[in-house]
Amino acid sequence: MDDLLTEFLTETVESLDNLDVEIVQLEQNPNDPELLGNIFRLVHTIKGTCGFIGLSRLESVAHASENVLGNFRDGVQEVTPEAVSLILAALDRIKEIVAVLEETESEPAGDDKELIAQLDAMYRAGKEGGAASAPAEAAPAEPAPAEEAPAEATAVAEDAPAAEGSIYERAGATSAIDAAIELMYGKVMADEELAPLFAGVDMVRMQGHTVEYMIKAFGGPDDYFNDALKPFFAQLAQNGFSGPHFNKVGDHLAAAMTLLEIDPAVIDDAMMVFAASEGEFVSGAEAEEVSAGETEAEVEVEVEEVKPEKVEKAAAKETSVANQSIRVNVELLENLMTTVSELVLTRNQLLQMVRHHEDSEFKVPLQRLSHVTTDLQEGVMKTRMQPIGNAWNKLPRIIRDLGNDLDKKIELKMLGADTELDRQVLEMIKDPLTHMVRNSGDHGLEGPADRLKAGKPETGTVTLNAYHEGGHIIIEIADDGRGINIAKVKEKIVTNGLATEAELENYSDQQIQQFIFKAGFSTAEKVTNVSGRGVGMDVVRTNIEKIGGQIELRSEEGKGSTFIIKIPLTLAIVSALIVRCGTEKFAIPQLSVVELVRVSSASDHRIEKVNETPVLRLRDRLLPLVSLPNLLNLRSDDLLSAIDNQHADADAVSDADGAEPVPQTTNAERKDTNGMTDENGDSFIVVAQVGPYTFGIVVDAVYDTEEIVVKPVAPILRDISVYSGNTILGDGSVIMILDPNGIATATGNISATNPTEEEGSEVVNAGRNERTALLVFRAGSEEPKAVPLALVARLEEIDAEKVETSDNQLVVQYRGQLMPLLPVTETFERQTEGRQPVLVFTDRDRSMGLMVDEILDIVEENLNIEIKTGTEGVIGSAIVDGKATEIIDASSYLTRAYHDWFGRTDEGAESGNVNGRVLLIDDSPFFRNLMAPLLRAAGYDVLTAENADDALTMREAGEVFDVIVSDIEMPGMDGFDLAREIREKGAWTKTPIVALSSRTSPADIAAGREVGFVDYVPKQDREALLESLSNTIVKMKGAA
Amino acid sequence: MTANSKKPVSNADQDNGATREFVTASIGDQMCGIAVLQVQDVLAPQRITPIPLAPPEVSGSLNLRGRIVTAIDLRIRMGLPEREEGARTMSIVVEHQHELYSLIVDDVGDVLKVSEKNFERNPATLDSLWRTYSEGVYRLEKGLLVVLDVSTLLSFNASEEAA
Repeated sequence: MDDLLTEFLTETVESLDNLDVEIVQLEQNPNDPELLGNIFRLVHTIKGTCGFIGLSRLESVAHASENVLGNFRDGVQEVTPEAVSLILAALDRIKEIVAVLEETESEPAGDDKELIAQLDAMYRAGKEGGAASAPAEAAPAEPAPAEEAPAEATAVAEDAPAAEGSIYERAGATSAIDAAIELMYGKVMADEELAPLFAGVDMVRMQGHTVEYMIKAFGGPDDYFNDALKPFFAQLAQNGFSGPHFNKVGDHLAAAMTLLEIDPAVIDDAMMVFAASEGEFVSGAEAEEVSAGETEAEVEVEVEEVKPEKVEKAAAKETSVANQSIRVNVELLENLMTTVSELVLTRNQLLQMVRHHEDSEFKVPLQRLSHVTTDLQEGVMKTRMQPIGNAWNKLPRIIRDLGNDLDKKIELKMLGADTELDRQVLEMIKDPLTHMVRNSGDHGLEGPADRLKAGKPETGTVTLNAYHEGGHIIIEIADDGRGINIAKVKEKIVTNGLATEAELENYSDQQIQQFIFKAGFSTAEKVTNVSGRGVGMDVVRTNIEKIGGQIELRSEEGKGSTFIIKIPLTLAIVSALIVRCGTEKFAIPQLSVVELVRVSSASDHRIEKVNETPVLRLRDRLLPLVSLPNLLNLRSDDLLSAIDNQHADADAVSDADGAEPVPQTTNAERKDTNGMTDENGDSFIVVAQVGPYTFGIVVDAVYDTEEIVVKPVAPILRDISVYSGNTILGDGSVIMILDPNGIATATGNISATNPTEEEGSEVVNAGRNERTALLVFRAGSEEPKAVPLALVARLEEIDAEKVETSDNQLVVQYRGQLMPLLPVTETFERQTEGRQPVLVFTDRDRSMGLMVDEILDIVEENLNIEIKTGTEGVIGSAIVDGKATEIIDASSYLTRAYHDWFGRTDEGAESGNVNGRVLLIDDSPFFRNLMAPLLRAAGYDVLTAENADDALTMREAGEVFDVIVSDIEMPGMDGFDLAREIREKGAWTKTPIVALSSRTSPADIAAGREVGFVDYVPKQDREALLESLSNTIVKMKGAA
Repeated sequence: MTANSKKPVSNADQDNGATREFVTASIGDQMCGIAVLQVQDVLAPQRITPIPLAPPEVSGSLNLRGRIVTAIDLRIRMGLPEREEGARTMSIVVEHQHELYSLIVDDVGDVLKVSEKNFERNPATLDSLWRTYSEGVYRLEKGLLVVLDVSTLLSFNASEEAA
């Protein structure tokens, strides 16, 4: 493609994206001069450039829109919704043409007359409306000749071309004149003599008005607005512009027209017209200058009007210089990324080699290489990161149009637009996101009448929220509309034959909702302009799963729906779990791994069979199992022979990469007939989650996790659905990456036959018998200890030799940071050799490791703490798995590791033990998981909600509490608003609310009291919280 | 493999100037040739990661200086019986549509320069599979050299249709 055209397209597409957003903003804020200026400039640039490269269709549409926008900017026309719609329609046309242009490199055939006529009509209406007011500002200052002169000029123009149409027509109409003027000004500005004279003149506007003037003067359609050019000439005159200069400009115009290959005869005629207009401006302006002070004043005003813009422009220029940003071809970045990925792999390989040689001289330089490589990798990754807001650009426009089309009032809230993610990922989620937002607006939200009937505000809200969570990006698309109608979905499932009615009986509402992700499923009663065209949520799901993401739906009838998308930050490097099956290793992306279960005769977990279908009892549920050896046809015998062969091959030639840790497995086990390790042997089950469905993959052994660079597989292997790619490991070997989605598909539709999704995703947790998953371990003494699993970020085994001491604290280098290590008790003796098991707690960017002797199990229990101990670091004892177990207070260790982990930690007074029902609202799952057990230990019955909406949902559901504890800073409705809402109406007006916040300045506390908080407790001053709770409840009970 | 760069000199013993150079390889008892410019590398046996569920001719994949190479066993691809266990092999690495493939053969011989005048089309009676993969045959003093067409050899979809 032509370089010029390519550049034009890149620029234009970018401008158009910005325009969409800005014009919608304009509608809401019609009098923002800055915004108007921006929009005008963008359209002007588009017009100017396409005139230049001869795109006439584009140009005429842009020109007509520019006229209307010019009216807006000059304030002669009101910004009405109709006008905005028309401008948007024009932009759409421009986009259509640009899209074709991108594909075919030429403008599509078509007719824009109607659109242009509409735009022109609007423009003229504005002019006429404005004409009445214009003289009021301009006329008094204008001398009479000004009104005659254009008439004269026109007269000349009409005389001259009498022979064969107007100069306007002969020269090639608006586009040619526009191009000529553009060129002319280009030449003028390049002219050393002339350029200084134009200092301080708003060239864009002057050029626009000149074009209009010339069109009129050449006998074209009359667009020129009275004396628009006058002020410019007045200013030029001030700069010393005079007759000879004018002639020079004329020469430039002639040159420009010649360049455009306009007939010389026409140029001659045009020059005559141009010369005739000299008197009007140059002498006129000079006359004005000497004549009246009044005129001077007018000019002054004009100049002042121009100046701020100029200053602004200068400022913009400065910042753009300061930004020093350059445009780089994406392909170049991709190549760079690939190269860096290779470098990372090579680095890993080197590290692996040196690891075996303790005193290698390579160690130090290699360490440095390693750091530099990491920096480089991060740097390159950063260049690929873009704020997610870029993918949202189009949404305000879509929502606006949707509202207009469907007569709905829709508000679009966008939170976390600056959350960054990889460009590639961004591209891939753009369309699904758009589709889903559309869906929310179309299907999700009710019409205004229905909303009022349902007791909701007339305006529906669609909320987009993006945030980071542990190496992933979570995007939520929520509406407060009608929610999913379960009955309707059921009906549809049966009609489409996706399941029978009897089957549906056994499904939970949550499971039924997931059917909307199935192909051919749209509950919209009629196909609208916007959605329901058959491409449905299944496409969205497929697209999201393609990039290793997951999508989930939560919906409540009458309250609204929320889609939650979880996607990896980047596709280039992923963390993967390396497993072994037979003698082959495979990688499973961490994203889909939920947990690992070890199956052996010694543990409680064993594989059982239902009609030869293997299943696993896991926390009172049956987990369907997929045997990897069976799935991959790695039947032991052929596998072994194939592998022995291979190893013979490999051993003979290259055995440089050394020993690999092959866990001890006997041949007998491997030769197990149906690929499922028999009940006496050990094997591992990788519990994987695909969408809402969970299943287990049986593997022989589990190794480490490794950061891998995903490479696509060779074309011949592409239709094997169980692989999502392949990669080279640190030891140089090639490994296939398994695709859990593909495995799920390859083993039959697990989802339809074995619904096993977690119930935990329901919005309101069933409070009274909330079960908590506990990690049971042994440390310091024989009796088991436990900690809520949700608090534990990872389980690691750290090389005991890597533990260092710094500032009297044990630390270890962990993921590029120093992580403090703490013993569970003072008497605990850490391993001095071998590997030290560590529980890693992470909050935000900090990690802390708790050293233990051995990790025993994960169990799910009703956490019922029976004995409270005074020991620091212990919440109390509970019966876990039938044994008395100490429940560890993770927060105590966190504060020991980092004194400021939770802000300050004052020692408060003894807590009382008053039983009561507490609602804990906090957006941080970590904090909820931390506080809930604590409060339970103090004798409270605790329910949790992750945001204000959930809490209000509980209010609606009729839950009653003795006290509500709420966080202040929360996404969506914050604590203050929530308190106001609770105080205002509903069942909880009397329920005391305690604020929990890290901000505890007197002003914050005062603000809190004002909205109705009874107390204001600093976060993680748990003693204070407990005291406050007991006081509050005592007071309540006393009052009652 | 040494004297292959002196093209002009060797013209002397040819009747016309047109010659082509091939890396020769033996598959079964047959001598085959792959145009020298298409060959990226010749490898001794490597550690190959087998790929379960892959077509039989795919032996697996291997790491060649940081690039992943798919190993294709030409014996199976060409419909010959599998070689005995433990038999030594060699590989010729070629690039096809930006992907690297390692073609596993029984042995790799010299680079030969052959004259166009010794070229002949495939005999009409040749096995259809071989006819697909072979560009033609050169008559040499030592025997016949079958020229392998890398692009048809590695365009798996097309060959499946043809078969």
